[in-house]
Amino acid sequence: MHELALAQGIVDIVAEQAARDGFTRARVVHLNLGVLSAVMPEALVFGFDSVSRGTAAEGARLQLERSPGLAWCVDCSKSVEVSSRLDCCPACGGAQVMITGGEQMRVTELEVD
Amino acid sequence: MCATCGCGDQQHQHSHHADDHHGHEHREHHHPEHVHVLPDGRVVKHAHAPDEAEGRRVRVEQDILARNDGLAAFNRKRLAKHGTFAVNLMSSPGSGKTTLLVRTLKELHGLPLAVIEGDQQTDLDARRIQATGVPAVQINTGKGCHLDAAMVAHALDTLPLAEDGVLFIENVGNLVCPAGFDLGERFKVVVVSVTEGDDKPLKYPDMFAVADLVLVNKVDLVPHLDVDLHQLEANVHRVRPKVPILRLSAKTGEGFEPWLYWLRRSLATGPELRT
Repeated sequence: MHELALAQGIVDIVAEQAARDGFTRARVVHLNLGVLSAVMPEALVFGFDSVSRGTAAEGARLQLERSPGLAWCVDCSKSVEVSSRLDCCPACGGAQVMITGGEQMRVTELEVD
Repeated sequence: MCATCGCGDQQHQHSHHADDHHGHEHREHHHPEHVHVLPDGRVVKHAHAPDEAEGRRVRVEQDILARNDGLAAFNRKRLAKHGTFAVNLMSSPGSGKTTLLVRTLKELHGLPLAVIEGDQQTDLDARRIQATGVPAVQINTGKGCHLDAAMVAHALDTLPLAEDGVLFIENVGNLVCPAGFDLGERFKVVVVSVTEGDDKPLKYPDMFAVADLVLVNKVDLVPHLDVDLHQLEANVHRVRPKVPILRLSAKTGEGFEPWLYWLRRSLATGPELRT
């Protein structure tokens, strides 16, 4: 359940932005989660609902955007798109692909009052 | 007026760009019903709840783990200042991390060493380490499933740092959560024992994907098991191509020389070099 720690990270970012920007409440938190990031969205939403209580993020909706997984194939030296760490190269079928993108977990934007 | 498309009517029309998903991103619309024209020419008509007031948008673009990563960078700087080489040891519970550590500390006797022990509860592991004469601090995470950079920063306050030596951080036994949290270490070492089966890297790829070195422990038990070490190593490389893998036994000491060599060489090469 490291999603609870991630949820806390989101709440901290919202609180920091609220102090800087002067808003009192975030109604929507936009997230970009790469498909290869180690996060389970359902657990994140569940954790967020509990750790956001009493903060500027309380009651906010998490809006998730997923970015594709990107990789470089050791065998054919091509940049390819993958949906899991266990995918073989879609171009040549090689089993050794090095992940180059799609692991990010970012807060991109807030909709605030 | 709508902040996104500029419309102000009860019913309106606007087009979407190709990269614009037709979701419900226009939540600030106060019109009950309106029309979207999609890039392919289709026209979609739908309504939003009328009681949603407009919200202001604030760009953020920040990593969720930014605070942890900042503290990890702070730890890393502090360790570098003391010339300390830090290793983050991670594995599932029962893979033999502490036994491996105890033997390693004895083998490296004479070098400045220190240990941070992470467990949910008890100081059993720290006491096992302290019995070797090496200073150790126990972190109890309570219900927490991983160590984070803040916990390590606190531990470093109370631990006499190994000047020009090695700091081992034994993470909470867990093959999932610790993978995502940078502690300020130079290398992440993942331990997998042969009794766990050769498919572990495929079942828990996120952990193996961050490994700088993989230790295959308990190889003395291989004759009693059906495990296929070549398959295990192939599975590690499927998740993390080219990562070095060492086979050893913390119980018998078999295969320890390459591991000790790796540690000594890493210590000697300084913090700016990564293999």
